[in-house]
Amino acid sequence: MATATQTRRGNPTAYVAALALIGIMLGPVVYIIIGGFRTNSQITTDPAGLPDPWQFGNYLDVLTGDTFWLQVTNSTIAAVVTTAGVVGMGVMASYVIARYRFRGRGAMYALFAAGLMFPPTVAITPLYVLIKNLGLVNTLPGIILPQIAFSLPTTIIILVPFLRAIPRELEEAAFIDRCSRLGFFWRMVLPLSVPGLITVGILAFVNSWNSYLLPLFILNDQESFTLPLGVQAFASQYSVDTAKVLAFTSLSMIPALVFFSLFERRIVGGLTGAVKG
Amino acid sequence: MTSGTRVRDGGGVAAPPPARPRRRGISWAQRLEILALSGPAILVFAGFVITPVILAGYYGFYRWKGFGPPTNFVGLDNYVTILQDKLFHEALWHNAQIVVLSLVLQGPIAIGLALLLNRRMRGQSLIRVLIFVPYVISEVIVGTAWALLLQSQGAVNGILRSIGLDGLAKDWLADPSLAIWTLMLILTWKYVGFAVILFLAGMQNIPEELAEAAAMDGASYWQTQWRITLPLLGPTIRIWGFLSVIGALQLFDLVYIIWGQYVASTAGTSTMATYMVSEGRNAGNYGYGNAVAVVLFIISMIIALVYQRFVLRRDTEGALTGGR
Repeated sequence: MATATQTRRGNPTAYVAALALIGIMLGPVVYIIIGGFRTNSQITTDPAGLPDPWQFGNYLDVLTGDTFWLQVTNSTIAAVVTTAGVVGMGVMASYVIARYRFRGRGAMYALFAAGLMFPPTVAITPLYVLIKNLGLVNTLPGIILPQIAFSLPTTIIILVPFLRAIPRELEEAAFIDRCSRLGFFWRMVLPLSVPGLITVGILAFVNSWNSYLLPLFILNDQESFTLPLGVQAFASQYSVDTAKVLAFTSLSMIPALVFFSLFERRIVGGLTGAVKG
Repeated sequence: MTSGTRVRDGGGVAAPPPARPRRRGISWAQRLEILALSGPAILVFAGFVITPVILAGYYGFYRWKGFGPPTNFVGLDNYVTILQDKLFHEALWHNAQIVVLSLVLQGPIAIGLALLLNRRMRGQSLIRVLIFVPYVISEVIVGTAWALLLQSQGAVNGILRSIGLDGLAKDWLADPSLAIWTLMLILTWKYVGFAVILFLAGMQNIPEELAEAAAMDGASYWQTQWRITLPLLGPTIRIWGFLSVIGALQLFDLVYIIWGQYVASTAGTSTMATYMVSEGRNAGNYGYGNAVAVVLFIISMIIALVYQRFVLRRDTEGALTGGR
């Protein structure tokens, strides 16, 4: 047994393969970040070289301009409100599906599960018309509400098994202590399900932060742009200024990356739960 | 369809027997709780997911520019136009290629990587985070970055020329015979991490005793993986396949960002979704755009149902197949 693990640990091919893998996965990301420290003439003469000398002007330009921060604010508001809405509504509905016995429970679950098959692409054109009729075009609620709706299926699929795993004895004990079902939900279920809530919260946040199609339809006014729209607008506006585009792009991916690396374990754990069903 | 299933009285109008009014043990207070707790989610979901899907079916029968209520009813004209449009046929063909190539390319690569990362090695958790990075970065950033990298004067060709492989420096984005493969390369780069993480999670659920027992019986490492790990990973692979197929059918962001609305069709990378946006919203034909959405919806649903019926059938405990 010991020898088996030893040979496995000492296998150099595995390390070489892993290193090559990391290079391929991170290469383009590193290219964006480093490219932002170069000048356009450096990029033109040698597209794949290192900065010589290092230029900080591109990053400073972006960071001192208003556009970037306006879009960061819009993206943050949209992502935070979406996350709060998804987690709140999702956990309540999941609690009903997981813990109440009533007719139509299976149908309710099936309804949300069916939503999993239909990302916003299919509904985007009528959704735009609907949002326009509600007078929400060019406003953040116009993207927040649909984002909550389209994130509910994943959230409920992940949370239901999670809430169902809470032991029945706990519930019975709470009822004996004259705790109502709602009281049980508030005092026991919510605290116990915090890890699951974090998982779905992060997924909702990152999805909202990266969302492109929905803002593309709903937000036409520069003032209301979120970061993905901003990056694209910036890239076409400064299409000759590649270095500046790279700086803008690399700054806009920082929040999602930080958020993700902080909570990586939770996301992976949540996905596992969803797959096991 | 939505509200009817919520707190149905079961018996319908046929006078309920008063003798046993609380047979199922649901009191009015509980019904109220159910309503209050699930109401918001159902309202938002019905309002912003179900309603648009139904509306698409309605608008699809009209020639409509998006102002005021639609009045010019054209019956099935939009659908006839779609099914006869050569551009749509091309988009559909590209989607079919993307669906198959995604499964064929990403599946084996991801399984290989998951096997590699499933070994005990130093820095394993770091590698897992790094492999997931492309998945977390937004499509817009991925698209912008790869478009710059793959320009004819971009960094990829720069590297190829500097190491003397001038012959390999190609026009990756505009050459119609290459572009779909370029797209597949980018898609694999972006989404393979997701598959790896799923497969790794699945592998961790396989009891280690099985591999140990096989090793005692003299099975080699590869035999063990082939005969134990892969079969037991089946359910995970099938769920991933489902997500991958649906994602490939609906592909929009990356194509639209890299190739834009006009170039995609000439470069041979247009998809049903980019067709929908450029012929619908961008052309101001909202009725037509909705009809394309309906076609996309029906195609996705048929494929999803067929997949569930024939591939996911074995995994009845799967996430998508039941509420119990």
